[in-house]
Amino acid sequence: MKIKKILALVLSLAMVFSFAACTDTKVDEESSTNDAVSSEGTFAKEGTIKIGGIGPLTGDNAQYGVAVKLGAELAVAEINAAGGINGYKVEFKMEDDIGDAEKAVTAYNSLKDWDMQMLMGTVTSTPCAAVAAETEIDNMLLITPSGSAIDCINPDTAFRVCFADPAQGSVAADYIKSNNLATKVAVIYNSSDSYSTGIKDSFVAKAAANGLVVVAQEAFTNDSATDFSAQVTNVKAAGAELVFLPIYYTPASLILKQANDMGYNPVYLGSDGMDGILGMENIDTALVEGLMYLTPFMETATDDVTVNFVTKFKAAYPDQTQYMNQFCADAYDAIYAIKAAAEKANISADMSVSDIGDAMKVAMTEITLDGVTGSNITWDATGEPTKTPKVVKIVNGSVAEA
Amino acid sequence: MAIKTHSKLEKKNTNTVKPFKGKDLITYLIVVVFFTVFQVLASTGTLKNSLKALLVPICVQVILAVSLNLVVGFLGELSLGHAGFMCVGAFTGTFFSVLMEDVITVVWVRFACAFVIGAIAAAISGILIGIPVLRLKGDYLAIVTLAFGEIIKTIVNALYIGKDSNGFHMSLDSSKLGMGTDGQIILNGPQGISGTPKNSTFLIGFILVMLVLIIVNNLMDSRTGRAIMSIRDNRIAAESVGIDITKYKLMVFTISAAMAGIAGVLYSHNLSKLTATTANFGYTMSITILVYVVLGGMGNVRGSVIAATILYALPELLRGIGDLSSYRMLIYSILLILMMIFNNGTYFVSLREEIAYKFKNKKTKTAGEAA
Repeated sequence: MKIKKILALVLSLAMVFSFAACTDTKVDEESSTNDAVSSEGTFAKEGTIKIGGIGPLTGDNAQYGVAVKLGAELAVAEINAAGGINGYKVEFKMEDDIGDAEKAVTAYNSLKDWDMQMLMGTVTSTPCAAVAAETEIDNMLLITPSGSAIDCINPDTAFRVCFADPAQGSVAADYIKSNNLATKVAVIYNSSDSYSTGIKDSFVAKAAANGLVVVAQEAFTNDSATDFSAQVTNVKAAGAELVFLPIYYTPASLILKQANDMGYNPVYLGSDGMDGILGMENIDTALVEGLMYLTPFMETATDDVTVNFVTKFKAAYPDQTQYMNQFCADAYDAIYAIKAAAEKANISADMSVSDIGDAMKVAMTEITLDGVTGSNITWDATGEPTKTPKVVKIVNGSVAEA
Repeated sequence: MAIKTHSKLEKKNTNTVKPFKGKDLITYLIVVVFFTVFQVLASTGTLKNSLKALLVPICVQVILAVSLNLVVGFLGELSLGHAGFMCVGAFTGTFFSVLMEDVITVVWVRFACAFVIGAIAAAISGILIGIPVLRLKGDYLAIVTLAFGEIIKTIVNALYIGKDSNGFHMSLDSSKLGMGTDGQIILNGPQGISGTPKNSTFLIGFILVMLVLIIVNNLMDSRTGRAIMSIRDNRIAAESVGIDITKYKLMVFTISAAMAGIAGVLYSHNLSKLTATTANFGYTMSITILVYVVLGGMGNVRGSVIAATILYALPELLRGIGDLSSYRMLIYSILLILMMIFNNGTYFVSLREEIAYKFKNKKTKTAGEAA
């Protein structure tokens, strides 16, 4: 018994010391940029500008985090090949948060240990709101590629590249009204997801203001996202001509399938979460024909920026083209927005985090970005981008502008 | 007659039990040393940010592990809904804090009230759930508690609560909330509660850990504690000597739920945004807590404390291993398996006992020689 006590004490002391030991070691880590894209140029000045990224690289939402990581790394590699930002080399490091707010804050702190100067992240909304509160304390610049909830960008130094949830809902309602798509509309949404409910709430409010009749609002949760027969039956019985789907493409594809099996084929309009539905394995193209959704990014667009992005991405990640979606594009634009603002504010590598935050929050409102997710994007002081979602339609198995 | 004298004896015994016994004292000492070392390191600024951010979450995990140990280790019932009670505590406590942020401006008073409210709410839900659930035992109890944990999470995700000049509005549908123009939605369905004041500190976490440890240790050293353990060891024998099984089961369940509620309040006041997801209040969390308890040893309070600390900190410390950091979750899982084998595998247990035996022999020998 006594031995056990001593053993426990020794072990716990060993643990305490091992923790303490961690505090002294400064780990010098190289950013793990993909070899395929690291063709580095020469830099005019010594020093590096360190940009951190946070997103779910493992877990349920890993597909979004990985897409953001690839997009950001591509942009960083391009910038470095062209001489960096203000002559400084750019380093990018992405940390995993599993889509959890608590882990995101830990990831943020470990990036701070890496001497991060600006943050590109986080990818998902709830962790982003939690991290935003932390960046406010440090006065660090935060640009989220895809955190769409309102409170993601509460601090002065926080900006976003994607649309806010309410913006998407009202754009969708306006689009239905102005194109006379339908008068009786229904919504099927994910009530356990803040993204989906956020868009739904603003859609319903705007639809009522536009004189549309919302005949049904059917909810499902993450735990019941496989069988939609009850929701589809209700929507069909309510006589909706158009079904708005502010959800991600995996459940949406099941809704399309199950509605088709019931012989119900209304017009479908989705939010930007629908982007990627054509990339799904074994997707029946006949089923998604005519599906419309909002997206900031269209792979088939012919403007120079998009063509350049698509070719470079395919060259850099030939095996990972399934990640070339709006998340990836948003991250790519986020890095270029940082570059544009940093050049405007004349950021140097030896500036403190708080000074960079002060300078960048002004510069961000002065830049105009021609990005992959929209041209002439500008930001206001609240951090919202001004860009309008494109409505695209699937025609003959490929995406076309509607 | 015989029973009466027995209980008298018992009473006498409990009176002579000192509040701090040796084995408990070591646990307290470990926690105090851990706290002092890190508090000093943090205040001198030598501690890395990433470790500093781990301190409060570690306190949360320790409280959860110790409180679940009460049910799993001492009562011997498998409960898989522990995160559900944490969820109740977190949401009620946070709701109170957000609501009262402008009314009670003294932070510590508000925060203390939030803890009390969170603990009471979790305890009430523990009683409500305990009454039907504790009729079951073993695997059945485990599955039903799992279901209750999920129900709590789902209810929280479906509720919308707001406040305007007319009072509170509550609905399951955000559009039917019927708020005035001055209304403020506090609990916004799956979007949760935002703008939680960040009040949790390592000091508060430490005080709560100590409180929970003292409660659990003293409870288990008391007459009640022995009754609880007798239920675990032999239910029929316990029943035959007149121990009210339902009463004690419900008691343990409630105390454990209240502590989980406290952990929930501490957790939520460390983040500005609170949402109920599978990762923080779902079954994955419940199972993580169970892993702490199993690794630390059933009914071993100190083991729970150490296991929770190591297992929570490990994946975060593994971030710092350079190129291998993309494999950190894999490394974590392998380490977990190794630790479980080391702790409980037959070979290692006998090896450990052998070493301990030799060590003991040597010591008694030297002691004998010295004498």
